[in-house]
Amino acid sequence: MKYDVIVIGGGPAGLAAAEEARKNGAEHVLILERDKVLGGILNQCIHNGFGLHYFKEELTGPEYAGRFIEMLEGTGIEVKLDTMVLHIENDRTVHAVNPTDGYMVLEATSIVLAMGCRERTRGAIAIPGERPSGIFTAGAAQRYVNIEGYMVGKRVVILGSGDIGLIMARRMTLEGAKVLACVELMPYSGGLNRNIVQCLHDFNIPLYLSHTVVDIKGKERLEQVTVAKVDENRRPIPGTEMVFDCDTLLLSVGLIPENELTREAGITMDPRTNGAVVFENMETSLPGVFACGNVVHVHDLVDYVTMESQRAGKAAAEYGKAGETPAGRILELQNGNGVSYTVPQRIRVEHMAKTAEIFFRVRNIYRNVEIQITDGKTVLAHFAREHMAPGEMEKVVLPKVLAEKACGDTLTVQIVEKEG
Amino acid sequence: MENRTYDIAVIGCGVVGAAIARQLSKYRLSVCVLEKENDIAVGTTKANSAIIHAGYDPKPGSLMGKLNTRGVEIVKELAPKLHFPYQPIGSLILAFTEENMKTVEVLYQRGRHNGVPGLQILSAEEVREMEPNVNPEIKGALYAPSAGIVSPWRMALAFAESAVCNGVELRRNSPVTGIAKTEDGYELTTPSGTVKARYVVNASGVDAFAVASLLKKPSYELKPSRGEYYLMDKCAGNTVHHVIFQCPTELGKGILVSPTVDGNLIVGPNAEAVEGAKETGTTAEGLAFVRKMALLSVPDLNWRDSIRNFAGVRANTNIDDFQIRWLEPGFLDVAGIKSPGLSSAPAIGEYVAELLMQDGVKLLFKNDFQEELPERVHFKELSAEEKAEVVRKNPLYGRIICRCETVTEGEMVDALHSPIPPVSIDGIKRRCGAGMGRCQGGFCGPRVHEIIARETGMPMQDVMQDRAGMVIITGETKTGER
Repeated sequence: MKYDVIVIGGGPAGLAAAEEARKNGAEHVLILERDKVLGGILNQCIHNGFGLHYFKEELTGPEYAGRFIEMLEGTGIEVKLDTMVLHIENDRTVHAVNPTDGYMVLEATSIVLAMGCRERTRGAIAIPGERPSGIFTAGAAQRYVNIEGYMVGKRVVILGSGDIGLIMARRMTLEGAKVLACVELMPYSGGLNRNIVQCLHDFNIPLYLSHTVVDIKGKERLEQVTVAKVDENRRPIPGTEMVFDCDTLLLSVGLIPENELTREAGITMDPRTNGAVVFENMETSLPGVFACGNVVHVHDLVDYVTMESQRAGKAAAEYGKAGETPAGRILELQNGNGVSYTVPQRIRVEHMAKTAEIFFRVRNIYRNVEIQITDGKTVLAHFAREHMAPGEMEKVVLPKVLAEKACGDTLTVQIVEKEG
Repeated sequence: MENRTYDIAVIGCGVVGAAIARQLSKYRLSVCVLEKENDIAVGTTKANSAIIHAGYDPKPGSLMGKLNTRGVEIVKELAPKLHFPYQPIGSLILAFTEENMKTVEVLYQRGRHNGVPGLQILSAEEVREMEPNVNPEIKGALYAPSAGIVSPWRMALAFAESAVCNGVELRRNSPVTGIAKTEDGYELTTPSGTVKARYVVNASGVDAFAVASLLKKPSYELKPSRGEYYLMDKCAGNTVHHVIFQCPTELGKGILVSPTVDGNLIVGPNAEAVEGAKETGTTAEGLAFVRKMALLSVPDLNWRDSIRNFAGVRANTNIDDFQIRWLEPGFLDVAGIKSPGLSSAPAIGEYVAELLMQDGVKLLFKNDFQEELPERVHFKELSAEEKAEVVRKNPLYGRIICRCETVTEGEMVDALHSPIPPVSIDGIKRRCGAGMGRCQGGFCGPRVHEIIARETGMPMQDVMQDRAGMVIITGETKTGER
């Protein structure tokens, strides 16, 4: 049997994509999930704050995932758990394995990639020092504490102020550990402002901005980390060292989309996002293969993952009905001043709906500025913002009527100081 | 207290101790190996360049020269029999200056003298053709086709497992804390009891000096030297296709850039004098030096591809050769095993057996010696048909635990029931490759942890990251009594 849509990954992105594909007429939809349960990383995010945008209420991670898992009931969407996809072929054949079905070769009309992301490690940022135990990525520690029921340490330093690190500062405190400091290399936090307030300030945990870990000590378990202030080039400043006696170092130093399958399939990647280059409907450079959620770009709120994935799921179903999208006129989106990436990276003007949502992140903290979309000659659209920060994803909506007016084949998204 | 007296006790189970043990397991001898850690191959063996050197470096007439060339032959012969990863990809020594070209010429002559096969001096153009990513400014290179790359810990494990399967007794967690001469040999004190043996072979790596000194101070001076490394993501694994060396200096063989048998790229090492075996930390300065020097060979290396840094300590001495000799009759010191120690290890095994024989130990071949080890499943390396087949036989091969390296639960269970079962997460890593990839065990660590506890019956808290004391979890959550 050929599936209409195979969705790789049963986290929030995969669930939303599968359901939306089904709603839009795809009959045989299959979700392949590598874990033994659906829900992905949400299962270990037992704090609240999920769903404020999508459900207009505050849910925990498992509750948010639960809403989508319940929605699967009666849809006929097939789910294979404990299943790892090993390989995707260009003709959309999927090779996967699990203990019950064994080695499977599955065919699909369209594929949605929803594999999520992984955490950057100590090795990725090359922290010097000894290599004791007690150094965890924040997510690995979160799994031990929230899912397995084990404590990973008693005196904790957190490097990086990404959201998982901030959430773990609070979790470890509530579980009885002493969190000594949260250390951030950049002059601003990489996490949501609400998490800085609710996870650090509320528990009197100091946040050291423009600081980093410069040495690690401990032959067996971690005993000590040395933290130093960094200059504007992010180099440690000698003489500013502070020593923390601790048995645990949690790393929240960034997430990287997990794109081994994508790369292996020869899909065009964007070095800025570490995800696939996608069109306005989340289609990748390989026709019939779509991508959504953190595998495309790292989101801050799961609500946005859901909405993006619904677009991908809908487009995957439409691909099955209408076939390949004619390219027509393609606009390439480019980073202008202050913008670090955009998703989508390409817009097929004739194919776009009434509007296209453009997501991006900024490189710095901005106050009272304007976001502009320009074709190089004319500013097609502009949007005022009171405050923007690298930790928070930004979104603008570009109407089709304006995109059609663009001269040339590039659009630039840029940040401009407001006049006056 | 045991009354048994072994014929031979080997102290240390790194690659050298393991190779000696395997060699001795061929004969009708009772052999015991004492390893101080909870697993084998966790000292210098697990933290080096993982190179099988062709053998042009050692000075003619040296023990290193003789054992290196022979070692390469044995590695080549044993890799398919004992199933450890070894790829003879060849090496290039790049010459950046005319002065370097002279060194290349010296090494070429020396290599021929040491019996290294196939050496060639290549022009800059020939090198650029073979390796388009090396520095285009090079003047030429020495090409040694017999050089290779290996998994050092898998090689050591293969030797040790082979030894154990052939009757050698391995005692882990058994550091030797005292040595006493007796009428018919030695008594070695360890926390797991006293071990009596007629002969002692001291193969304890950087600790060999301290261990020997329990009996008598050796004549050489120990000069441990640390080397720091970068291990890069597989996306960088194809940057070069040979082991890329720089011209050797007094400090060592220079910074190398090489593919690994797992498809990563390894870059390093520097050389710094340190106190001893425990000094395996990296330093900001050391890593910066490695980066700077490596860019000379391969200018486009991207340090963002780094997945791990590590450092190992070389068992260097004041003498530029291995220190393999009788400390006193009955006590054989196998010390100063610096580079090319890994390449020479199996030949050191043969040499030690020879020395024992010369001293009167009867080396009678066992009729039932098993030359080969059974091959274990490495799921990732199988074809689609073979994968389907192994999963049909054992569904656990259908459950991928390590996503980055595609390692299955079946492989981990196999390892946990192997002749030398691992007791730690890194023990699984060395045997199966789980956690070797870009997420460095972030995803699979907790699941591997559970599998170890389940298969061995160990409490979760007793499962270590690696060596004893490397505690992962400190207790349970919510243990209050309300």
